[in-house]
Amino acid sequence: MAEEAAAVHIGRIAKQWGKKRGSLIMMLHAIQDQRGYVPRDAALELARQVDVPLARIYEVLTFYNYFKTSSPGKAVVSVCTGTACHLKGAPDILAALGEELGVADGEASEDGNFHLQSVRCVGCCGLAPVVTVNATVYGKVKPAEMRGIIGQWQDRIDAGEL
Amino acid sequence: MAEKADIGTLAAEERNAQAARKARLFCCGSTGCLSSGGGAIANALTEALAGHGLADAVDVVPTGCMGLCSLGPLVRVEVPGRDPVLYKEVDPMIARLIVAEHVVPAAGAGDEGFELPAFFTEHILPMDIPFFTKQTKVVLADSGRVNPERIEDYLAADGYQALQNVLANMTPQAVIELIADSGLRGRGGGGFPTGQKWGFARQAEPVNGEKFIICNGDEGDPGAYMDRSVLEGNPHAVLEGMLIAAYATGATEGWFYIRAEYPLAVDRVEKAIKQARRNGLVGKNILGSDLNVDCQIRLGAGAFVCGEETALIHSIEGQRGTPRPRPPYPSVQGLWDRPSVVNNVETLANVPAIIRNGPEWFHAMGTETSKGTKVFALTGKVEHSGLIEVPMGMHLREIVEDIGGGNPADKPLKAVQTGGPSGGVIPVDQLDVPVCYEQLTQLGSMMGSGGMIVMDADDSMVEIAKFYLGFAVDESCGKCAPCRIGGTQMLALLQKVTDGKATLDDLDLIRRLSRAMQQASLCGLGQTAPNPVISTLRYFEDEYMEAVIVYSDPSSQDWTPRGT
Ligand SMILES: Cc1cc2nc3c(=O)[nH]c(=O)nc-3n(C[C@H](O)[C@H](O)[C@H](O)COP(=O)(O)O)c2cc1C
Ligand code: FES
Repeated sequence: MAEEAAAVHIGRIAKQWGKKRGSLIMMLHAIQDQRGYVPRDAALELARQVDVPLARIYEVLTFYNYFKTSSPGKAVVSVCTGTACHLKGAPDILAALGEELGVADGEASEDGNFHLQSVRCVGCCGLAPVVTVNATVYGKVKPAEMRGIIGQWQDRIDAGEL
Repeated sequence: MAEKADIGTLAAEERNAQAARKARLFCCGSTGCLSSGGGAIANALTEALAGHGLADAVDVVPTGCMGLCSLGPLVRVEVPGRDPVLYKEVDPMIARLIVAEHVVPAAGAGDEGFELPAFFTEHILPMDIPFFTKQTKVVLADSGRVNPERIEDYLAADGYQALQNVLANMTPQAVIELIADSGLRGRGGGGFPTGQKWGFARQAEPVNGEKFIICNGDEGDPGAYMDRSVLEGNPHAVLEGMLIAAYATGATEGWFYIRAEYPLAVDRVEKAIKQARRNGLVGKNILGSDLNVDCQIRLGAGAFVCGEETALIHSIEGQRGTPRPRPPYPSVQGLWDRPSVVNNVETLANVPAIIRNGPEWFHAMGTETSKGTKVFALTGKVEHSGLIEVPMGMHLREIVEDIGGGNPADKPLKAVQTGGPSGGVIPVDQLDVPVCYEQLTQLGSMMGSGGMIVMDADDSMVEIAKFYLGFAVDESCGKCAPCRIGGTQMLALLQKVTDGKATLDDLDLIRRLSRAMQQASLCGLGQTAPNPVISTLRYFEDEYMEAVIVYSDPSSQDWTPRGT
């Protein structure tokens, strides 16, 4: 059933974009927006529906680091490591989060709930240093605040909100 | 088909509606302020107004960036006949107070005037501080004044008048000459004269009847957000600039390439295109003329190199974003081999204002070779961090010390970085230079797209060099060896320096590798990647030497890089 739903979803994407020029990246965005990453079965289904070789899809998918090919977990914690944030202590923030979650940059926590990653400039440099969790932005953060932020999201996960 | 719109009528109606308001409240709805609670503030203002029965008499206008991001969320209150008041660090409670204690009495007060209660003082930002008075706004003039999601707001601010004028009264060649006369140069970093670029594209024969105009909204410099703020704050201005460029060059289709990390900018451009299409400004027979241009959006996917125009073109085509050698330049052979003009967001946003005010007006601002204004994202060790726009030719020191307000930490400033990963540092004793393309390049930095990062004594220059080079290495597409291998080797050498294990030979090797990368790399990424290293070596060699000397002295083992 889930597979059927996925096929229908990709069918819709293919219908919207398939005939347009330069649409492969847009279709991959649409898949990732829906599922949080681009699973292999979705890439296969897309290849079938728009008649593009799977290798072409992976060639593109692996070039752009915005695209994920494995599930990122329920809460994606991104630490901005752009210049403004770097100067205002992003490395310490990243370290504090790593310790709190018990993972390194780019890893998911053991229970699969949290994914820690460093990203380049989220465009709120005036608020440096900046951390985002999913779509929520936290500005002017301090390492000591990380525990509280993670706690809030843990509560939401425990409450089944995510 | 779109009905032929009378944009003049729409603009007049909107102006009348605005003038009839008892007050207008502007609150920043750009990503920075939204993330610090701006959304809740617009709601709180709206609810409070309703509570006082003023829902119809007072506007709440969500706007683009007002500039002083570090003190956001900002709210500006305009009551006809009174000076505007700007509030900083507003929360929902203060928002309700603003309505109850400012808007309600001010809107009701007659000529006898009214006083703001004293408890507001600490939340009022004086508008006569250098941060505001020293700026000159062209590109950002309407950001913070118009609601970017309503075309009526833009029309009421003279929007699309330039396009209308161009279509009715000018030949494409005349538009190109006007832009060339204004002296406008590309704001994406390279500084290529825009009129000349358009001229090349005009001469190029369409392929299969097609020619393209592409807006580069990739904004790769980490630590900068000018283009994003322009797209979020005034998307119609960029669209109008694109349509004028299309008319001038003969382009048949417009493409926005925007970073996927900027969802709000994407959303607003999408809305702008839709509204413009509905009003006959995009599509067939624009404003009743024979200009036909449709516009579309394509998203980036997190690759810095895609800001480079040939890589960007590959990315729109749905390929890996690798650059290719130029020539042929995109204006001759670009997207799907059609002639394509690639222009930066800020470049296009300048165009309507230049047409409206005339080339002399624009030409009068700036230096001999750099005209107009430049938007910078001023960040780092300054009191007032935010988005600023200054006339070209303003001295860096004035920007950092007056507009930025100096270092809040009371530490001596050390350097200013411009140009992001392709640029360099300018030491504090050389800050008395005018901002212009040539001067910054001469100092070993560059104008870049507008990142300006202030560093103080706490910041180690070797670390900074390593930071930028690390970025370039991460982002190298791997196509050419000088960039792929040279970058990695150089990063390893810098690591040796910061580990305190480098020798003089290593410094020499760093210099030689830099030259090799500059000369032999395929695209601008690799050619400019060594710049931060070269410029820190040029001005702060002592910090590198310190590491080397410590290493050659066996008695000192615990060296860590530090600021001087
Ligand atoms: C590595 C690299 C990154 C670039 N990134 C950007 C960018 O983010 N935005 C931009 O407008 N131009 C960028 N450029 C410059 C573009 O190639 C191109 O010159 C520019 O978009 C032309 O527009 P303009 O003439 O209006 O400045 C970059 C160039 C290089 C080599
Ligand atoms: S550098 Fe972190 S938001 Fe820009």
